[in-house]
Amino acid sequence: MGLKTKMHAEEGKQDLIITREFDLPVELVFKAHVDPELIVQWKTLPNTTAKILKFGGKKHGSYQMQSTDAQGKIVSSVSGVIHEFIPNQKMIRTFEVENAPIGVQLEIYDFERLTDNTSKLSMHVIYESGAIRDQLLKMPGASGYTMGMAHDRMQELMNKFK
Amino acid sequence: MNLRRDVFQAIADPTRRAILLLVASQSMTAGAIAANFDTARPTVSKHLQILTECELLNQEQNGREIYYQLNAKKMKEVAEFIEPFRKIWDDRFNKLETIMKNYKPKK
Amino acid sequence: MEQKTKVNAEDGKQELMITREFDLPVEMLFKAHAEPELVEQWMSNPFATAKMLKFEGKKHGCYQGESTDANGNVVFRSNGMFHEFIPNRKITRTFEMENAPFGVQLEIYEFEKLTDNTSKLNMHVIFESVPLRDQLLQLPFAQGINMAHDRIQEILGKSK
Repeated sequence: MGLKTKMHAEEGKQDLIITREFDLPVELVFKAHVDPELIVQWKTLPNTTAKILKFGGKKHGSYQMQSTDAQGKIVSSVSGVIHEFIPNQKMIRTFEVENAPIGVQLEIYDFERLTDNTSKLSMHVIYESGAIRDQLLKMPGASGYTMGMAHDRMQELMNKFK
Repeated sequence: MNLRRDVFQAIADPTRRAILLLVASQSMTAGAIAANFDTARPTVSKHLQILTECELLNQEQNGREIYYQLNAKKMKEVAEFIEPFRKIWDDRFNKLETIMKNYKPKK
Repeated sequence: MEQKTKVNAEDGKQELMITREFDLPVEMLFKAHAEPELVEQWMSNPFATAKMLKFEGKKHGCYQGESTDANGNVVFRSNGMFHEFIPNRKITRTFEMENAPFGVQLEIYEFEKLTDNTSKLNMHVIFESVPLRDQLLQLPFAQGINMAHDRIQEILGKSK
């Protein structure tokens, strides 16, 4: 659990790659990433509820998402633009956490069909600097393990659609 | 006796420049490189030798194959390589400054 | 002669910085980047005319540019999105040259007021990989050599 997702961060670089194979057709993995109603069910920070304020799931669209705690207080707000959107293949977007000193990220999602029922996700995340990347890697919420747990949730969620 | 190949002399040849651009984004075997040119294979090999001698190309053994890759570090040692890039932006910014100094908003 | 525009491309990094100081108030410097008709003017040169096919100068806006040669042929097209657009302060955008193997770039333009009549631009360009950055950086040099070589060939051909 949580270990299937692999994260590779080479020393001295300002990017990292997260990969994961799923027991899901590539169409479902892609759908999980671009359907707002699905995103909020698995791509959440621990102990928060996610809400999508805007999600233009298309090339040159934009998105905005908020996370609130149990008391309804806004814990985090993220937004960005979608530079490229090729269904079941690729999504390139910017990502920024509002009011956080970590700058903007460029995220390249590659969706790859392996077999009819399995697929692979590769996320290439590029930061404004190596220092920012390293700082984020130290934080508990940003670790590959947390991403792995989210991926596990996504696998379970999308199993229903198989 | 000048054993070290001169980098500028090496890149003066159009085929060698084309080879450098080819391997700039991914390393390739001699065969894969040669397939891109109409030139005879031994001639391409000679070009690869020259580029390797002046350290613009590195060789890396992968199994039985030798892969050639661009030695970007060597390219950058010669500052002139990025001068044309810098000049493009310098020209643009000079123009920007001139245009905006003369800019009068339409009322 | 002092080099006004500075390019900083550290070895082994996938980013580069371009910096330049201007004899312009920061508002004028920003305006030159925010209005398509102005961008077209300073991005054009005798060999390529720049044109903005689309330009939504605001946060989450999108843009598409085109460059044509003296004969009106399209040399290249580019497109991207504005992630951030803060007047007189900052523009963050994605940039991609269409049908070219350079990938997507993340570009952060910072506009800084120095005095009432001078300002500074800091362009931070981040690439998908180190080789892609190096390839783009060295392309004008390779092209320049090609052009010079062709001219020499031409001259030599004529003198036979």
